[in-house]
Amino acid sequence: MIEVENISKSFGGQAVLKNISTTFDKGKTNLIIGQSGSGKTVLMKCCIGLIEIDKGVVNFDGRNFSGLNEKKKKNTRKEMGVLFQGGALFDSFTVEENIMFPLNMFTKQSIEEKLQRVNDVLSHVNLDNANKKYPAELSGGMIKRVAIARAIAMNPKYLFCDEPNSGLDPKTAERIDDLISELTEKFQMTTVINTHDMNSVLQIGQKIAFIHKGELWWEGDHQEILTSDNPELNEFVFSTELTRRLK
Amino acid sequence: MGLLGEAGDYVMLMRQTFKRPDKGWVFRRQLFIDFYALGVDSIGIVSFISLFMGAIIAMQMAYNIDNPLVPLYLVGYTTKQMMVLELSPTIMSLILAGKVGSSIASEIGTKRVTEQIDALKVMGINPANYLILPKITAAMLYFPVLVVFSIAIGLSGGLLAVYITGSVTVTDFIDGLQAWWVPFDIYYSLIKSVVFAFIIASVAGFKGYTVDGGSVAVGRSSTQAVVASSILVIVFDLILTQMLLT
Ligand SMILES: Nc1ncnc2c1ncn2[C@@H]1O[C@H](COP(=O)(O)OP(=O)(O)OP(=O)(O)O)[C@@H](O)[C@H]1O
Ligand SMILES: [Mg+2]
Repeated sequence: MIEVENISKSFGGQAVLKNISTTFDKGKTNLIIGQSGSGKTVLMKCCIGLIEIDKGVVNFDGRNFSGLNEKKKKNTRKEMGVLFQGGALFDSFTVEENIMFPLNMFTKQSIEEKLQRVNDVLSHVNLDNANKKYPAELSGGMIKRVAIARAIAMNPKYLFCDEPNSGLDPKTAERIDDLISELTEKFQMTTVINTHDMNSVLQIGQKIAFIHKGELWWEGDHQEILTSDNPELNEFVFSTELTRRLK
Repeated sequence: MGLLGEAGDYVMLMRQTFKRPDKGWVFRRQLFIDFYALGVDSIGIVSFISLFMGAIIAMQMAYNIDNPLVPLYLVGYTTKQMMVLELSPTIMSLILAGKVGSSIASEIGTKRVTEQIDALKVMGINPANYLILPKITAAMLYFPVLVVFSIAIGLSGGLLAVYITGSVTVTDFIDGLQAWWVPFDIYYSLIKSVVFAFIIASVAGFKGYTVDGGSVAVGRSSTQAVVASSILVIVFDLILTQMLLT
């Protein structure tokens, strides 16, 4: 479980996060939703310590994280898998080397064991023949899938995904969602996903935090989100023709 | 940000950079890649420029020394001294500041703006140590090698020039190359090249690492890396000369 308590962040006087408190539960897919520019990425980066928070605390399973120095943060970070919004694959490495990288750095596995693991996670994301390709040779969706494979390669306890299925076709997007929720359940990870994709919200939104203008506006699950009477949330959820018909 | 603030940030970054690598073999692999990609790859430009520089210096010296009382072997001697003391270590370093410095700054800067540095950090890796240390170490290894190489090619260029123009006999020129041989001159040259290698690689690493923005910022930082490291090279040339030669 990850606890976020009263965190605030501003950039040059402009408040991006205002006093946000929430929890992300273990074994669940926790979603952060909100419009573009609402602060989802900033919130996620505050949780993993890539952005210094101005105020507040972040705890991982009861252990304080945000107050630690860089050196001490390392230990918790080895238990995290992070998917960045743009993939952030290492451009000088092939797909295989990208996924093998954390294994090289932190395990003493033999090359065969590492290759086995690489192929395991690649087949999870339905990428079987891309081992020797460089990131520049991949499509946008393939980059996302390799990045997910890299994030789960070390069996993380905490998985953070910043828009895992944006830019993917609906079928692949759904497969990625299913994969993440399956892994979350199976390995009892604490998974945090940023998204503005309503399909994902309805499909895997076990716990949903809606961020609006930097504030935590609403919290609930994928049942409650359809029946809420919060006007800003409704505007967000029922913004497309498809979802309006659903209602 | 003021110059002083930037210098402070540079020192902080170097303190993170000079840590023991997490995995020795990963460091050595990266060192090999950087040595090859930047060092071996620079041999062509270094040879080309050194050959011409040596030839031009020899021709200028021959042209200047037309007093019959001045012995002709001085052409060889001055060509050697100029190549060893200044042209090979300093001019080569300035050229490598352009080639190596901009390449390091843009490579690391691109890793910054595409969040690859953040990705390293959240894996629990020290990105400065992982990315910058092998580049600095590699540069400090291949700069002296390239300088020795440049001296050899430069002197051959001089020899070739006097042979073709016939201004000085080859024997005179070679006598000059062998005259008043001071081993310390070579050490001085090598010490300079190691210091310049450190300056260029670390300043470029710093400029790339601290890029803020997108691809435009990467381009700007790589220009800044070349300008800043060239200035520092010349300043340290003066300081080292004062320290070592007087
Ligand atoms: N490093 C930064 N410096 C200044 N402002 C920033 C920085 N990072 C983010 N912001 C600002 O914070 C706000 C929230 O950005 P954020 O990236 O969190 O949005 P988001 O909800 O992830 O949007 P999207 O869905 O488009 O990814 C934006 O207004 C952005 O301009
Ligand atoms: Mg975002």
